[in-house]
Amino acid sequence: MYRSELISRLSDGFIVTLQLLGWSMLIATVLGTLLAAMRVSPIAPLRAVGVSYVNIFRNTPLVVLFLIAVVGLPELGLLTGSFFWRAVTALSLYTAAFVCEVLRSGINTVQAGQAEAARAIGLTFGQTLRLVVLPQAFRNVIPPLASVYIALTKNTSVASAFGILDLTYQLSDLIEDFPGSLYWNFFSIAACYILIVAVISGAAALFERRVGVSR
Amino acid sequence: MAASNEPDVLSTGMQAAVGEPLVQMQNVNKSFGSLHVLQDINLSVQRGEVVVVIGPSGSGKSTLCRTINRLEPIDSGTITLDGQPLPAEGRALARLRADVGMVFQAFNLFAHKTVLDNVTLGPIRARGVKKAEAESLAMELLERVGVADQARKYPAALSGGQQQRVAIARALAMRPKVMLFDEPTSALDPEMINEVLDVMTSLAKDGMTMIVITHEMGFARRAAHRVVFMDAGRIVEQAVPEDFFTNAKSERAQDFLSKILTH
Ligand SMILES: Nc1ncnc2c1ncn2[C@@H]1O[C@H](COP(=O)(O)OP(=O)(O)O)[C@@H](O)[C@H]1O
Ligand SMILES: [Mg+2]
Repeated sequence: MYRSELISRLSDGFIVTLQLLGWSMLIATVLGTLLAAMRVSPIAPLRAVGVSYVNIFRNTPLVVLFLIAVVGLPELGLLTGSFFWRAVTALSLYTAAFVCEVLRSGINTVQAGQAEAARAIGLTFGQTLRLVVLPQAFRNVIPPLASVYIALTKNTSVASAFGILDLTYQLSDLIEDFPGSLYWNFFSIAACYILIVAVISGAAALFERRVGVSR
Repeated sequence: MAASNEPDVLSTGMQAAVGEPLVQMQNVNKSFGSLHVLQDINLSVQRGEVVVVIGPSGSGKSTLCRTINRLEPIDSGTITLDGQPLPAEGRALARLRADVGMVFQAFNLFAHKTVLDNVTLGPIRARGVKKAEAESLAMELLERVGVADQARKYPAALSGGQQQRVAIARALAMRPKVMLFDEPTSALDPEMINEVLDVMTSLAKDGMTMIVITHEMGFARRAAHRVVFMDAGRIVEQAVPEDFFTNAKSERAQDFLSKILTH
């Protein structure tokens, strides 16, 4: 009885956590890349937008962002989608600031001569960034970027406090329903998070090795 | 092209009458903060002409070279390429840069791309050439500079001399009107200098318009039509190579030559 219930709730929660993580990771990466591009652009207002974004979203506690996205904005008639998407919004906006900062440091490690050579053969600023600078910047920041994604994995648990049925939510449910199996509850949930983190770390290591060969 | 290798330059004035110069700089000034690095530069380069720029370190040679494709914007004066003034930042400028080949001291090959992809990137992305066509042109050029067998490798696996020859092929792939070389052999081990200079000499023989910053006097004698001597942000003297090396007029040029020719 307990075991089948555990497995069923775990797998439900696992899928929701993966969905939160997957969407947030995707959106945060795209948005973070755009923000990093803004921060190195020659156009001053774009740079200012990038800087302000990072300052606001990196320095606001995630829970506050959740409150704004889940409760505040819908109150004003904005962001009235499902709780799931409101949670993804909060996670993505928050994580994008970190992706941006990591990428920006990666861009700074790419030698200036690379961008100059790209401009010299007639590539536009956007092409230079997209085809020459960013691919190299990403390679230079695989480990810190993996750390950002790992932090995001753990941050998805905040969503449980806002009614999203993720792993952490299932944990509190299990504790309530099966107080006798406290340790099993904790360990099995922890194992799920550890599995996700291990996959991220492994993928990062693999990618780093592959990129190391092609250089 | 009928560009003779006879230096025929006593005649900057005469050439101007013959046709519009390919590159023309008029009263160009440029400062970095309070440092006035280009001072009233006037320089015309004819189609098919090979101009060697020499001068002490810090005299503004690289900056001059970089203003020609507007990697450095200028403060005043005009620069025209093939009669067209350089456009401001944007797509038009990108198009113009595609017509100006540039070879750097540090090679600057794209580290994450194979040799072949380095050469095809510009034609495909900046000119919209089909991939297959770009690759066959690239292989032709790599053959020409003698590194076709390295096409699938990444730049880091090549020697400096090979990398610089790839960089030349990359610039040539854009079919540029003019090639700029900024000390292309200064970062090379001595035994690799000639393989690069040979490629450059053969380009010059084929009539490519070239502006070359170099201290390789052998190359200047062999391939240049004109030597331009810069010091402290000014063009101090220009002459046919033979005249310049044997009979420099300005004291600063004589002084500079005595320093580089005695070792
Ligand atoms: N981006 C820059 N910012 C500030 N100063 C520069 C910059 N580039 C070059 N300079 C200065 O301008 C002067 C001319 O430099 P450069 O054109 O590189 O000379 P050269 O190529 O003849 O050695 C030098 O004093 C150099 O330090
Ligand atoms: Mg220089």
